[in-house]
Amino acid sequence: MQQAKALQDRVTVVLAGELDHYTASQIRAQLDEILQDPTLNHLVLDMGNLTFMDSSGIGVLLGRLRILQMRGGSLSVKNMQPPIAKLFRLTGMHRVITVLDEFKGGQSE
Amino acid sequence: MNNRMELNFLACPQNESFARVAVAAFAVQLSPTLPEMADIKTAVSEAVTNAIIHGYRGWTPEKGGMVYLKAEYDQRHVLTVSIRDEGCGILDVKQAMQPFYSTGEGSERSGMGFCVMQTFMDAVEVDSAPGRGTTVTMRKYILGEIGLRQERILDEIG
Repeated sequence: MQQAKALQDRVTVVLAGELDHYTASQIRAQLDEILQDPTLNHLVLDMGNLTFMDSSGIGVLLGRLRILQMRGGSLSVKNMQPPIAKLFRLTGMHRVITVLDEFKGGQSE
Repeated sequence: MNNRMELNFLACPQNESFARVAVAAFAVQLSPTLPEMADIKTAVSEAVTNAIIHGYRGWTPEKGGMVYLKAEYDQRHVLTVSIRDEGCGILDVKQAMQPFYSTGEGSERSGMGFCVMQTFMDAVEVDSAPGRGTTVTMRKYILGEIGLRQERILDEIG
């Protein structure tokens, strides 16, 4: 996770590297630290520099979605690389987490 | 030609990345496409993660649980990867393979591991019993660039 940019109640976080079971706990902790700010209701994850994600990453995303929904907020993702977009699509995550742009190199449905 | 490799490594999370990269490097010999390579890496990561967090649940690194990985391919370009642990085993394999099923209560597991393996590979078999460990065997036919070219030609000639 590289940087965070906040604008009113929305924050954009750039994820980089790999999101698997090994890295999940660190990324989860960093995201939760950001979300401790009660004024932030909408989290956007820029995944342009994320090169790998498996179902452990899906668990992290669903956990943050739950936190945000409890305060009436939302979780969105953008710039997914094709393999991650495929994982997203095939596991149905695109139905519960907003995808802000078209999937790169894949169908959106 | 046929080829085969084996890797044994400690069941620690740091080795998840090592395992998927090792299998991907082995599979390169079949000239997979980038999406096929990504499928293999994701499926291997799921199986190894399951071995570490479910198979060896409650084990400490000092106890030295090992993951045994084998990969082989044949002349048909079928890649077979098997990942074995000697952990607690699975009581009900059918239930464990259901989407969203997870025994990792409170740990934010998605319960999608087996579902991802089945989706990204062509066949997945699970051999397990309580106290006997688990072996996950996954197969994938590697179409590669040659197959993609064949598909394009077939499209052209209708």
